[in-house]
Amino acid sequence: MAILNIDVLSFLVFFPAVAALIVLLLPQNKFLVRWAALVFATVIAGVSVAVYFAYNTVAPAGYQFVLQVDWFRAIGASWHVGIDGISASMVLLTGILTPLAVLIGWEIDERPNMFLALVLFFTTGSMGVFVALDLMIFFIFYELSLVPMFFLINQWGSPNRLYASTKFFIYSMGGTLGMLLATQLIGITMGTFSIPELVARWPDFVGNPDNQAFLGIPVSTVKTLAFLGFFVAFCIKVPVWPFHTWLPDAHGEAPTPGSMLLAGVMLKLGAYGFLRLVIPLFPDVWVAPIDLLGFVETNWATIFAILAVLGVVLGAFAAYGQTDIKRLVAYSSVNHMGFVALGIAVAALAYGQAYVNGGVNPEMMQSAILATNGAVMQMFNHGLSSAGMFLLAGAIYHKTHTRDMTQYGGFWVRAPIYGGIFIFTSMASLGLPGLNGFVSEFLVVRGAYPVFTVLTVISMLGLLLTGGYILRGIAGTLQGPFNMAWKNTRLEIEPRELIAIAPLVVLMLIVGIAPNWVLSVINATVTSWLGGV
Amino acid sequence: MEAIGFPVLSLLIFVPILAAVIILFLNKDQRDLARGIAITAAAVGLGLSLFVYVNYNNNATTIIAEQELIAQGESQTAATDMFESSIAFEERIDWIPALGISYHLGVDGLSVPMVLLTSMAAVAGVLVSWKIEDRTKEFMAFFLLLVAGVIGVFVSMDLFVLFFFYELAIFPMYLLIATWGWVKLREYAAMKLTLYILIGSVISLVGVIAMYFVAGQFFTDNPTLIAAGDQAYSFGVAHMMRAAELGAFNIPLLGDIPFSHVWFPFVFLGFAVLAGLFPFHNWSPDGHVAAPTAVSMIHAGVLMKLGAFAALRVGVQLLPEGALVHLPWIVFLTLINVVWGAFIAFRQRDFKYVIGFSSVSHMGLVAMGFATMNTAGMTGAGLQMFSHGAMTALFFGCVGMVYDRAHTRDLPSLGGFIRVMPWVGIAFIIGGLTSMGMPGLSGFIAEFPIFAGMFQASENISLNIGGFTLSNYYAVLVIIAALGIILTAAYVLRVTRQVFLGDFDRAKYPDVDDITVRERFVLILLGAPLIIIGVAPGVMDVMLQTAIKPALAILGVP
Repeated sequence: MAILNIDVLSFLVFFPAVAALIVLLLPQNKFLVRWAALVFATVIAGVSVAVYFAYNTVAPAGYQFVLQVDWFRAIGASWHVGIDGISASMVLLTGILTPLAVLIGWEIDERPNMFLALVLFFTTGSMGVFVALDLMIFFIFYELSLVPMFFLINQWGSPNRLYASTKFFIYSMGGTLGMLLATQLIGITMGTFSIPELVARWPDFVGNPDNQAFLGIPVSTVKTLAFLGFFVAFCIKVPVWPFHTWLPDAHGEAPTPGSMLLAGVMLKLGAYGFLRLVIPLFPDVWVAPIDLLGFVETNWATIFAILAVLGVVLGAFAAYGQTDIKRLVAYSSVNHMGFVALGIAVAALAYGQAYVNGGVNPEMMQSAILATNGAVMQMFNHGLSSAGMFLLAGAIYHKTHTRDMTQYGGFWVRAPIYGGIFIFTSMASLGLPGLNGFVSEFLVVRGAYPVFTVLTVISMLGLLLTGGYILRGIAGTLQGPFNMAWKNTRLEIEPRELIAIAPLVVLMLIVGIAPNWVLSVINATVTSWLGGV
Repeated sequence: MEAIGFPVLSLLIFVPILAAVIILFLNKDQRDLARGIAITAAAVGLGLSLFVYVNYNNNATTIIAEQELIAQGESQTAATDMFESSIAFEERIDWIPALGISYHLGVDGLSVPMVLLTSMAAVAGVLVSWKIEDRTKEFMAFFLLLVAGVIGVFVSMDLFVLFFFYELAIFPMYLLIATWGWVKLREYAAMKLTLYILIGSVISLVGVIAMYFVAGQFFTDNPTLIAAGDQAYSFGVAHMMRAAELGAFNIPLLGDIPFSHVWFPFVFLGFAVLAGLFPFHNWSPDGHVAAPTAVSMIHAGVLMKLGAFAALRVGVQLLPEGALVHLPWIVFLTLINVVWGAFIAFRQRDFKYVIGFSSVSHMGLVAMGFATMNTAGMTGAGLQMFSHGAMTALFFGCVGMVYDRAHTRDLPSLGGFIRVMPWVGIAFIIGGLTSMGMPGLSGFIAEFPIFAGMFQASENISLNIGGFTLSNYYAVLVIIAALGIILTAAYVLRVTRQVFLGDFDRAKYPDVDDITVRERFVLILLGAPLIIIGVAPGVMDVMLQTAIKPALAILGVP
């Protein structure tokens, strides 16, 4: 499949960058710039949808739309792209959210060219990560996606934006340092940066065959250090508790389109990194026994599951305590991404045990497949619902210029359509059966229960609290006595915002009722991936 | 490689010299004419360098294939043959035949990018100096002489010629800084810079003369080994390399220590002074700050590369045994450059000092790349030389444009300049992202292989100090060096925030306006390569291999 003689995945990566450049150089005419950006973003969305449906679920083993050309020969890195079911769903998500973010970005009056160009450029970064099959390319786009987001927050954010954007940037960049070193170490040692090849060879690497040493220390230590490099980088991005502290600040201060992409797409980069790199490259490290203080024996997969559950519970607690609506939604991301992390932990445990022992019992593998499906589904669903929630939070902020929920109240009276959509989206986020969140959280919990029983039970507590903070958000915003301070303010959702949220609402419902069109694509890949260890 | 009908490299050297001479003969009121001649000469140089670059790049794969054939052969002097096969655009005229000195020019895969970089910096330098009203014609003339000297070093294939041009570059540099520099610092900085560099080069020169005699003696004793058409005593680079490969420099010098082990530190460090290697970097920040913008651009952008280039060509390539022994400890110095340089840059209040120290930090990476002694690291070093050259010239251009309008470089009193000078702001941000190694820009493409090369080298390199062996420490060093990245990100963000972001105070800076078209062109000229190499490293990394293969071959590393 090719567009304008360019391979379709390369097109998806580079077209947004070219579009950003064009938008940047257009005359300073708001009408022109807005429509141009929207048209470009719609093209991206269209191509993503086309790619998703052209992706063939019948033959999921291996990658599709693969392209590999020489790029940086001196160190053996190549422009190597391709997608499997997991990346296909992420490409779809990114494609869908881009035009919606652009549409919401229309409300920016200050330097719209630059703003919309950055939104489009962000898509290049995230698409690049999702389609990369070369470790160096993966790293490049992983870092590249930071830059537009930094400037979106730094230039168009709320008053505390300098602090938030700097914290975000240093945190993320510092976090990727270990990953950078690990990438270099692995790539140069193996002589290739191709991910499929590394996945096949790196786990079996033993260093010096005589003494199992590499770089003067045991190979297992080298692997653990490299593992930690990736682990910390992706934990920060997901974010897994306790690496999440940049998130509420960044979300709180970001302009609405920035928040939508940050929560909708950027957090997925971290989770995707776990699935694509950390689990397949370090299966033995995940399950290697760790002796804690001499009396607790555990392993990284379990530690990760504990962190995930802490994220679920504490994220929900923190969300409950917020009066700032955007911070509430931000902490809800910590809460929801915790389920993704829990699913990943199950996958890591099963994959690691299968690698080390040469197989696991079929029940365990079945659970792992369910949990992984759930995790990927949850990534997709959280992308939809968090983008929707931030859109709605931004819509109300845009009109009232405050994020303080104590100043809200009774908005349903004045904004019935807004209120209805708000409740619908909240319910999707809450995990109401029939909507998208339920499907994925159910799968994760079902898959995790046999493996991490106690932890899963604790995570249920988090689910309860989720109900609490969601209802509190609804109550604080929509119900109660109407705050007369807003009596002259137009609170109802604007048509433009309505058009932007409509696709999300429709998708939440469709995925909730008939998840199979997404799930089958994911499941085919996950099954062959975990089954093929 | 086929010969081109005309002497391109000589033209690259003599067009600026000729232009300088013509400018000196102008009337002192003919400023515009002087500017016109200067920009014409610089533009001709840029055109010729681009021609050389494209031409060489097209032949690079052929040369590599040829080198691989040689490497598989049984030749005793495989590395020298590989080196000779990489030389293009060769010109050779006897100069002082009695001493074996010839006017011998040629380029290999490392000098081609450097020549292009110099020509770019020359055009940019003339354009940013357009508004110099004080003794315009002298400024332009000296500037062109400086450019000629720098290009001369990069293209010389004879060590005598190399030193000749090396010194030729330092003389106008002194005058440019002392006359047109920043009033508060210029005499001091110019003197400091000149003394540092002169002392360094004298030490190297003594080493080279010693090599000349040793090689001459060796070939006199073994006349059958002399290459066809050469004489026993010669300053030719290939000639000396042949001697090195045949083991001429292994003769014992002090007790039983071989000649190459004794002389390597002197030759290498003598040149590394110019590359800003710790602890000999002290001249560089002062020199950068005191120099007028155009000179800072050439100075940090190209002149520091000159030191690194000569250290590689004369030090590593001609004294390989010495390199194998000494680079394992010199790497510690480079580490100090990288981390401490970034730290000091973070502490500065003066905009230009930040950039000055950032150059020290980044040049440490170049030397670190040399110290890996493997393909990845050396490729990275070559890319970093080009990338840092364009980036730092861009930085100094930005600083100059801000300073010309705001008349201060004090960071806390600046702010919000991106609102009045958006081009400069964006260019500075692109440069800043390059400098912190942001993927997609050339800095990443350069730093990545250097760090990867350090990991790769870790298994093979060890350091012996008095019976105590330190091994596998490169992997530790690289992790420490990575801290430099964080520090770089911190100071780049800090400077960007203090100068360009925030609110602009119109009352404080009533006259600050946007830059001219001429200055925009400078920013594009220097900024574009950062993006091009960042996206497509293939335009340079293949070419670099032709220079790296012979160097590694003589080091005995596959």
